[in-house]
Amino acid sequence: MDLLITLAIIVTKIVFFTFLVVLPLVPLSVYFERRFSAIIQDRVGPNRVGIPLTLFGFKKDFHFFGLIQPIADGLKLFLKEDFTPDHVRKAFYWLAPALTLVPALITVCVVPFGPDVTLFGRTEKLVIADIDVGPLFVFAISSLTVYGITLAGWSSNSKFPFIGGVRSTAQMISYEICLGLSIIPVLLYFGELNLNRIVQEQADNGWLLLPFWTDGKLSLPDLQTALFLIPAFIAFLIFTISIFAETNRMPFDLPECETELVGGYHTEYSSMKFAMFFMGEYAAMVIGSALIITLFLGGWSVGFGLDAAIANFSIGDFQIGGFIHMGIFLTKLLAFILFFILVRWTVPRFRYDQLMKLGWVIFFEAALINVFLAALIIAAPTMTTAILIIGLILLTIVTAAVIWVAKISEPPAKILRV
Amino acid sequence: MPSYLFWLFSTIMLIGSVAVIAFRNPVSSALAMVTSFVGLAALFIGLSAFFVGVIQILVYSGAIMVLFLFIIMLLDLKDEKRRANSLAPLAAGLVLVAVFFIQLVGVLSHKLPNQIAPPLNKAVLTAAAEGYKKGEMKVPTKISESLESGQLPDVHIIGLTLFTQYNLPLQILGVLLLVSTVGVVTLSRKSAANN
Repeated sequence: MDLLITLAIIVTKIVFFTFLVVLPLVPLSVYFERRFSAIIQDRVGPNRVGIPLTLFGFKKDFHFFGLIQPIADGLKLFLKEDFTPDHVRKAFYWLAPALTLVPALITVCVVPFGPDVTLFGRTEKLVIADIDVGPLFVFAISSLTVYGITLAGWSSNSKFPFIGGVRSTAQMISYEICLGLSIIPVLLYFGELNLNRIVQEQADNGWLLLPFWTDGKLSLPDLQTALFLIPAFIAFLIFTISIFAETNRMPFDLPECETELVGGYHTEYSSMKFAMFFMGEYAAMVIGSALIITLFLGGWSVGFGLDAAIANFSIGDFQIGGFIHMGIFLTKLLAFILFFILVRWTVPRFRYDQLMKLGWVIFFEAALINVFLAALIIAAPTMTTAILIIGLILLTIVTAAVIWVAKISEPPAKILRV
Repeated sequence: MPSYLFWLFSTIMLIGSVAVIAFRNPVSSALAMVTSFVGLAALFIGLSAFFVGVIQILVYSGAIMVLFLFIIMLLDLKDEKRRANSLAPLAAGLVLVAVFFIQLVGVLSHKLPNQIAPPLNKAVLTAAAEGYKKGEMKVPTKISESLESGQLPDVHIIGLTLFTQYNLPLQILGVLLLVSTVGVVTLSRKSAANN
């Protein structure tokens, strides 16, 4: 009986978080994308699709800012003809869209949506699987997404999708290295790989990028924490930009660059199979934003020492403060998705060699040096001054050497026009 | 790990491994190998070695096999032609299988002191926590606190073991990897310059 209840709770959590929280965020972010791009380009955007009350004899339709648009978009994709070209390799062609969407949705299971809630006398965590290897799990599973894109490109058996697939393989492997290296300072700081405990730590002692309270009381950070803001910010920058590259989002969406590759890896796909690639991309974006928020911006916490009060908010025996925290988390998530969209519609696309150079020459080295810097700051209180100074000098020499090597190994710029 | 999960994942792994050599298309073989690796990772996770399991997926399925696939696609390998089975490779394969089988029998027949791993329940973990306290004063560390609350901090313990007990081999391995990376870059640059 107990086992059955546990199983029921797990299934409820999976269905709720994956299919009722994260998946609806996908059409919602498509809607936001369309409206926000319209605002940026001084257009109106989709604002008409609503509940057609005039059909039932009312005087006016109910528009509500066109919020029904995502449903109409989805319905359109459902009803399109699902066309499979003759020249494709069937099995892989069918497998590829699923391989793109599924890993993105699996990674939902380690994202902490809120602290514990108590309902009907049971205390439950607002996370599907509270495992001790959170960020690594996300990297591991999302690194499987690349198979979907690569296979789509290869199985389409035509030129442009193939180039798109090859590009995406190289791009994702390169930026996975930057992703992994850039969060090492964060993990050193927290000494923890459990995302839920990382967020709890940030709720108590200040977000990684906003450490202005300790033990739930407002205060200025001590010297070590203040110094740690430097590596934390570098890590944040590298991590965020690498997430853009990893999710194939705009300044780096070269696998589907339409000026060069028609539609990239999904050129030969139509109807729901195309929609699955589309959903996979947006789901990866949602999870990426969730990870950035969780690691750097306090996850579900409001900050400023208000978290304990909210977490203990209860009605009768039901301690439901966790749901308020979940609302805060989703608000932050939406804000970050809007940031993703803002970048997409304002920053021009990179060239492929620029992308590779950014990943391998700049981010890789910067992340490595950042690890040393963070380790030095964290270990500083236990070291003698002499060793500290030697460490600082070594760090400066290494940084200078890396910059020098990067400078001299750069091929001289070609003069195109005299 | 419940035994039915063990059987499930080992079956997945074995099917994947057999499929690697059964498929004639190199891309199918590569994907079958990925399946096999994922099954292996699941077995590690079943043994409470979360870190090893996740690293297995991250490194082997997520990076190495992707590179394999990349190379297979770039070289555009055609389906393997069905070769006439010659005797030599078959005999070599049989010898290898026999050697491994004898080894397996040897291991299984040997009476090991504790053939059943201790269950990772709270009592065992709390007892283990004593060994991870620091110094004479028995100052509690992150690992001992975690163990006392009934969780196995496998990442922390792996880190502690690697960086204290096996520090020198770890550094040497790091240098070895660096040397090979630099070597690859130099070699590829040289051949690019010759062309």
